Amino acid sequence: MTICYTVDFKNGRVELSHGAGGRSMAQLITELFAAAFDNPYLAQGNDGALLPPASGRLVMSTDSHVVSPLFFAGGDIGCLSVHGTINDVAMMGAVPLYLSAAFILEEGFLLSELKRIVLSMAQAAVDAGVPIVTGDTKVVEQGKGDGVFITTTCVGVVADGINLSGDQARHGDKILLSGSIGDHGMAVLSMRENLSFDAPIVSDTAALHTLVAAMLASGVNLRVLRDPTRGGLATTVNEIAQQSAVGMLLDEAAIVVHESVAAACEFLGLDPLYIANEGKLIAICAPGDAAHLLAVMRAHPQAREAAVIGEVREDAHHFVQMTTKLGGRRMVDWLAGEQLPRIC
Amino acid sequence: MKYVDEFRDGQLARRIASGIVREVSAGHRYRLMEFCGGHTHAISRYGLADLLPDNVRLIHGPGCPVCVLPIGRVNQAISLAKEHKVILCTYADTMRIPASGGLTLMRARAGGADVRMIYSTQDALQIARDNPLRQVVFFAIGFETTTPPTAVAIRQADAEGLKNFSILCNHVLTPAAMHAILTTGVGLDGFIGPAHVSTVIGSQPYEIFAGEYAKPVVIAGFEPLDVLQAILMLIRQINAGQATVENEFTRAVTREGNLKAQALVEVVFEVRDDFEWRGLGSLPDSALKLKAHYAQYDAELKFPVAYVAVPDHKACECAAILRGEKMPQQCKIFGTVCTPENPIGSCMVSSEGACAAHYSYGRFREVRP
Repeated sequence: MTICYTVDFKNGRVELSHGAGGRSMAQLITELFAAAFDNPYLAQGNDGALLPPASGRLVMSTDSHVVSPLFFAGGDIGCLSVHGTINDVAMMGAVPLYLSAAFILEEGFLLSELKRIVLSMAQAAVDAGVPIVTGDTKVVEQGKGDGVFITTTCVGVVADGINLSGDQARHGDKILLSGSIGDHGMAVLSMRENLSFDAPIVSDTAALHTLVAAMLASGVNLRVLRDPTRGGLATTVNEIAQQSAVGMLLDEAAIVVHESVAAACEFLGLDPLYIANEGKLIAICAPGDAAHLLAVMRAHPQAREAAVIGEVREDAHHFVQMTTKLGGRRMVDWLAGEQLPRIC
Repeated sequence: MKYVDEFRDGQLARRIASGIVREVSAGHRYRLMEFCGGHTHAISRYGLADLLPDNVRLIHGPGCPVCVLPIGRVNQAISLAKEHKVILCTYADTMRIPASGGLTLMRARAGGADVRMIYSTQDALQIARDNPLRQVVFFAIGFETTTPPTAVAIRQADAEGLKNFSILCNHVLTPAAMHAILTTGVGLDGFIGPAHVSTVIGSQPYEIFAGEYAKPVVIAGFEPLDVLQAILMLIRQINAGQATVENEFTRAVTREGNLKAQALVEVVFEVRDDFEWRGLGSLPDSALKLKAHYAQYDAELKFPVAYVAVPDHKACECAAILRGEKMPQQCKIFGTVCTPENPIGSCMVSSEGACAAHYSYGRFREVRP
């Protein structure tokens, strides 16, 4: 006699038993995670995934995702958790190979929503060509989580000769940005309670490894790649300035902010320089390579609005300054405190 | 962006700036106070000082609601949340004002107090409706701009019989602070007058400063071109030996102001005998409190949280900075002990505060080669 323990994805909710290691957890894994993420490594069904040898130096990065709300225009916590970690590996100049995913679910969370998130993750992983090869599920009591938290880890390989690092920016180098800023953070914020704008703002969440591959293949002398996520462009350029012990001068007029994002920021008194992005990158290259790199980036669908936004300068204080559209000068400082809660 | 981009036009800015350069007389020093933190922020964020001749000096004024709030007032709010277990609703910046015992509202929240950041008084009302068994207090701060929305909330609470809602009233009056500035003896040649405050009170209340104190006032919007244009207008008045109230912000400000808002405030509030300001001390007739009819919504009457004055940190120069006597960089702890991450004084808290604005946007100027 076989008993069918089919999970009720229509009306069911996450129960503590879904994380207890028993049969209902096995059912959830089989019917949801294994079915959605389906690949030979996951299908091994062991405690760990046995992976083939990789050639080149390994790169590994991990990222926890706690975004609220879980669903927003342009994406959800599922695809975000795939894109975010792939991007961290890609910023090292690496080819992302495998992902792991760990879920912390809150008791009472709708299984229909969990399924939607998992399918979105699966699709993002397929689109990126990076399989989710191992995972974990835990359930916490109601009130001790916020629906779902997802931690993903990505492993990739980086070819010899590629040595990207935040400490490589040199005096005179050019700073390039792959497109508009603020889209993700304002998309999430505009979904929040009590805040809606007429023009919908869509998150830019995307995996950037093919863009990175095109940039690396162009043969330019790339020094630094980084994705300006939490804390936005301002925070990321300050991190690089600090790490490389240099200053920077940005040109406000070259930084693209879409009108709806600018309007929403204006309305809420936020500075788009500090708003998170999930599908943009900053590249720093030798000055002579900037024009070629810009052309390569603009030829890629993810960087049509790429621009040279400034240059690296000598500065003992490691200040990032910006020429304003009005012709004045200001600093672009680190973010003080928090501008927005839980955006990625 | 309509009505915004027009006022941030770089070419036009340079044209007004060259007008200013042409207008100033070389031997004269022009000391202009921008009263509002909104202006301070715009000046710093757009780097306007770079467009001005050296003999035009902008002095930051006390028009930043977070900055002028004395420590004792924040202590009251923290006490309401911590000891009296109310849901304390507040605008974001006030969360980080340093209070006694190393506390801020933010730290009180981390320690278990129920402090909620809101965008509007309507949010506070809704929280009160949603939590009928809890007391909800709105930490009402601000100049004349934020007073009418508080008045609306009080009237709504009264109409709905919302018994669990009250306010800790800290609404202050701009003209009283301008009087105080002019009597402290800071040398000023003119005021860039408030933008949003003036949409409510109009331009009329400033006429006394032009008349009795012979100081020109130009009311200006918060966009960079507004500020530059106002500076040009002030310099023209000063050069001509005039002192009148001019209105650069005609797209939003009239002489009478918003009569409906004024009437609403009049119904709900009355002037306090005196109120302590950070930097300016205790000023008579400088702040508002709820009228007797609305006493049940006054958190200071509803809870035992009497105001106790607390002196500022000894090394903190916020008081002198708020009076226009010192520049942020003249404070010994500016940028060393006192930073936006760890503010010692209130001027380092809000982005409209003179210290925070200078730290975040302008401190590179002091280390220029």
